[in-house]
Amino acid sequence: MRAAAAGTALLLAGCGRELSSVNPAGPQAERISDLTWYLTATGTAVFLAVTGFLLYAVWRGRRRAESAAGPAAERTLTRWVAGSVAATVVILLATLVYNFYVGRSLADFAEPGALTVRVTGHQWWWEVQYQDPVYSRRLTTANEIHVPVGRRIRLEVQSADVIHSFWAPNLHGKLDLIPGYGGTTYFRADRPGVYHGRCAEFCGLQHAKMDFLVIADPPERFAAWYDQQLRAAAPPADSVQQKGQQVFLGKGCVMCHTIRGTPANSRVGPDLTHLASRRTLAAGSLPNTRGHLAGWVVDPQKIKPGARMPPNQLASDELHALLGYLQSLK
Amino acid sequence: MLPTAGSMRVLVPLAVALALAGCEREKRSHRDSPPGATASTAVQTTELQAGPKTTDPSVGAYQENRWAVSQGETFYIQYNCAGCHAPGGGGGMGPPLNDDEWIYGSDPENVFDTIVEGRPNGMPSFRGRIDNAQLWMLVAYVRSMSGLTPRDTWSARTDHMKEIRPERQPRPQRQLP
Repeated sequence: MRAAAAGTALLLAGCGRELSSVNPAGPQAERISDLTWYLTATGTAVFLAVTGFLLYAVWRGRRRAESAAGPAAERTLTRWVAGSVAATVVILLATLVYNFYVGRSLADFAEPGALTVRVTGHQWWWEVQYQDPVYSRRLTTANEIHVPVGRRIRLEVQSADVIHSFWAPNLHGKLDLIPGYGGTTYFRADRPGVYHGRCAEFCGLQHAKMDFLVIADPPERFAAWYDQQLRAAAPPADSVQQKGQQVFLGKGCVMCHTIRGTPANSRVGPDLTHLASRRTLAAGSLPNTRGHLAGWVVDPQKIKPGARMPPNQLASDELHALLGYLQSLK
Repeated sequence: MLPTAGSMRVLVPLAVALALAGCEREKRSHRDSPPGATASTAVQTTELQAGPKTTDPSVGAYQENRWAVSQGETFYIQYNCAGCHAPGGGGGMGPPLNDDEWIYGSDPENVFDTIVEGRPNGMPSFRGRIDNAQLWMLVAYVRSMSGLTPRDTWSARTDHMKEIRPERQPRPQRQLP
């Protein structure tokens, strides 16, 4: 009883996040969702029919255990079996044809001039690069994909290490990231919202903590976000932030991270130029608050054992300055 | 001849012990240098010699661990050691690491100090930039390139789906003129 209650609670907890393949926000997810419902409905109907016939046979068999087995009964039996086989074939064929149709319509979504977003899977975070013909308008961020509502997105994926899988069920099906082998698909968000996504292919110790967000905004809001993200980080505004920047540049942080506008430009870890504008830390593991940021900077191995980020030995004044600086990176 | 009960009593625990010993090869630990651990102490580098060795009790665990060597390889690429020493340690702007010539000593502690303190003629100091656990993994990988770590720590395939490189084959000692 308690287990059932706990199970229900877990299921309901899943509803709070927008990570659902039956609540589509784009045309492809809608087709996948329709197919899901069709398969569920067909499967349920067949199951109920078969169970009904089975119960009827049990009930009837008990009544007329010694029923006559003549040529008439044989003919009836043959008709029933032939009818059932025909129904099965029709149902399976219809499913096959519908399945093919959905598969084709998912693939047939290409459009020249779509906004190209290149996503690179790392153990265990997502690197996001917006491609633009003008090189200075290319943008790199991490774990958060902003898209304009109603515009087609060309999604190019690649992996830096092992196989990952990109899955934002409200928008599209899964797309595998195979090392050394790029993948492409298209999707479109038709209504604004924050959609969760996660890695759907086991990729190592912290596979479970490799989430991302797709944030669909109206086009003008997206454009404002894009322009804001393109800007280099603002210089430190006060002495605390200044000290924080020195800590960042003088300690281990600079070995892996980029903050545009400073000498830090290593590409091993996520780009932190606008860290404070993001909603989560550590690929969706933690909400982006000062406390969580402090815990993550000081001892990431407690939160994500095996992650590449090492523990950092910082004096408390250094840590506070660093947090102040990182939180100023809007 | 069937094994007797007496011999089984010896053989079975022996087999189990042997199998368990294999587990150590890839043992992973993620919090070996918790926040607040002391950084290594300074060593003298004025002369072209190894200088006094740093001491760290955790050194041994990394030098014989297959996972540490593999992690070290990742850091070797990511921290751009390969920029000067070449991927696979063939050398370039910096001296090769996959031969058996060691200017500043080949012990784990010597290699550690070389990375932490830097060395004359171009090797920068990484003091405070890389934490101790990662440093020891780097040391394990660097030493594995010339075959100084146990053979079972070398792998034909890394964890990271990269191509197999012709490394870890100690070259014959060069004759100095």
